[in-house]
Amino acid sequence: MKRGEVVVEARGLSMHFGGVRAVDQVDFSLWENELRCLIGPNGAGKSTFFKCLTGQLTPTMGDVVIRDVHVAGRESHEIAALGVGVKTQVPNVFDGLSAEENIWIAARRWHAAKRAKTLTAETIERLQLGDIRSDLVGALAHGQRQWVELGMVVAAEPWLVLLDEPAAGMTHEETARTAELIQEINQTAAMIVVEHDMQFIRMISRQVTLFHEGRILMEDTMDAISSDPRAREVYLGHRA
Amino acid sequence: MKIAQDFRGSVIVAILAALFTLIAPSILEFFTIITLTQVIGLAILALSLALVWGYGGILCFGQTAFFGLGAYAYAVAATNIGGSTGAILIAILVAAAFAAILGYFVFYGRVSDVYLAVITLTVALILYSLIRRTSGPEYKIGNALLGGFNGTGAPPINSPGDGAAMLFPEHTFYVAMAALILVYLLCGWVVKTHFGRVCIAIRENETRAELLAYDTRLYKLGIFTLGAAIAGLGGVFFCVGVSRVTPDVFSLSQSALTIIWVIVGGRGTLIGPILATFALYYLTSALGAQQWLNTNLVLGVILIGFVLLVPKGVIPSITDWADGRRERRVSRSRERRMRVRRSRATAGTEAAE
Ligand SMILES: Nc1ncnc2c1ncn2[C@@H]1O[C@H](COP(=O)(O)OP(=O)(O)OP(=O)(O)O)[C@@H](O)[C@H]1O
Ligand SMILES: [Mg+2]
Repeated sequence: MKRGEVVVEARGLSMHFGGVRAVDQVDFSLWENELRCLIGPNGAGKSTFFKCLTGQLTPTMGDVVIRDVHVAGRESHEIAALGVGVKTQVPNVFDGLSAEENIWIAARRWHAAKRAKTLTAETIERLQLGDIRSDLVGALAHGQRQWVELGMVVAAEPWLVLLDEPAAGMTHEETARTAELIQEINQTAAMIVVEHDMQFIRMISRQVTLFHEGRILMEDTMDAISSDPRAREVYLGHRA
Repeated sequence: MKIAQDFRGSVIVAILAALFTLIAPSILEFFTIITLTQVIGLAILALSLALVWGYGGILCFGQTAFFGLGAYAYAVAATNIGGSTGAILIAILVAAAFAAILGYFVFYGRVSDVYLAVITLTVALILYSLIRRTSGPEYKIGNALLGGFNGTGAPPINSPGDGAAMLFPEHTFYVAMAALILVYLLCGWVVKTHFGRVCIAIRENETRAELLAYDTRLYKLGIFTLGAAIAGLGGVFFCVGVSRVTPDVFSLSQSALTIIWVIVGGRGTLIGPILATFALYYLTSALGAQQWLNTNLVLGVILIGFVLLVPKGVIPSITDWADGRRERRVSRSRERRMRVRRSRATAGTEAAE
């Protein structure tokens, strides 16, 4: 398989909170068009790693390069302006606005009024949000709020997409649809997806990165990882 | 609150206000017309906070700083220039420039919301105590004495280009009302533009706005500065209405009152705080004319009552109630239609049998 160029690269990336090494000396590369899953037990540092990539946190040490731009320590909006779409673990939506207005705000950032309007309509169609388009997002169910957030990511037409637990709290059916949507997004964007749901990961991903205590423990296919004793120990050890 | 409500409502309100303006001098007493100009100034101040806090989500506790700066800048400039037109522009610019500088440090320094409230209030109070100390003859800007706690005279408004042609109080009232209506329409328009909607989105969730590649600092600075410019204009009409400006424009009680108007009128509306200003102003004057109840006590009770019982404020509560009724009516008629259809269907099957 031809991999193209590296679009995200972390070198010696560390994020410490006092004595806690949430991310510790991580080297990571994502290739063009790739769809990578990050897994790891609770507290492994996946979300912290994400926040270092998106500018929500300034890394303690190390560097992040997104398509030749050094972004460590930059503002979130500057990183997003490179064409990076982000869905956070805790849903970040505009509660007091309608689903349609939420998505319009995302689309209008990049397009003139007319195009933004059609793009909003297309996104609503694509995510099947038609029934709730004029409902306040604050009043929606958890799964629907997640989709509105995905809608905002999609409407900005990013070339790099980072999703932190996109299927959390969703029903089986919703999860399956989310998996489909992720594959669709992957047609035009490189992606990193954090998930706990192994079945979901099998649905979408080839290459998986396993985090443990702030470090990358291994990087392989899901099958290889699930049959590896080290990985099993990490998960079992955590459960016990 | 949804933004998509159309602009037509604002236009209707503006037309009603314009009609009131035209008939007011013939139905109201001369003295009332004079005080109205002053209240219009306060209403413009309330409107500015309605924009900055209600839509921009920026709790500026010291909006009076810009109001007071506008008033002083007008008084000083009009005294020196000998005309009001340029002085009004100067007042707006001074308030806006001061806010732009203050806002730059606050927003680009990523000061948190609570500190922002404290900082703006502190600025207003610092201006209050500074300007109170300017009583000597050495505190003079051009021909204008600042006058310490006695304040300084604010020249009346004149026709543009003719400093000697002072307006009659009725005409000053027309000008003030026109300004209020225009600024109200301007705000109504702004909150529907892309800029305005992004400000509302930032109020709802700043992180999300950042992650959608909006530089939130710039938007907050923008709406903050616009609000200050409007407050400065409010200061102009207030001091023209009183024909003086004293340090009280910067006082703690004036800052608190402004917040009360917006809470009572409702955050997220523009007309609410304006109406609340008029209503509470006249309530306060009525209370001041009697001895039974302490005015501040009544205002305090009103504030607590609103925070506890009508936390959204008057106008949003009324809108919600009306929306609820409409929805109930719609769903009831839908139900009725369904019932009719169902009974027809049953009748049909019965007939077929
Ligand atoms: N702002 C913070 N301050 C202090 N410690 C933090 C902070 N954010 C995260 N941590 C700590 O860093 C570690 C990694 O947290 P992180 O949220 O990145 O884990 P995660 O892999 O995303 O876990 P989960 O699967 O539960 O989402 C945890 O020990 C957490 O307590
Ligand atoms: Mg996490």
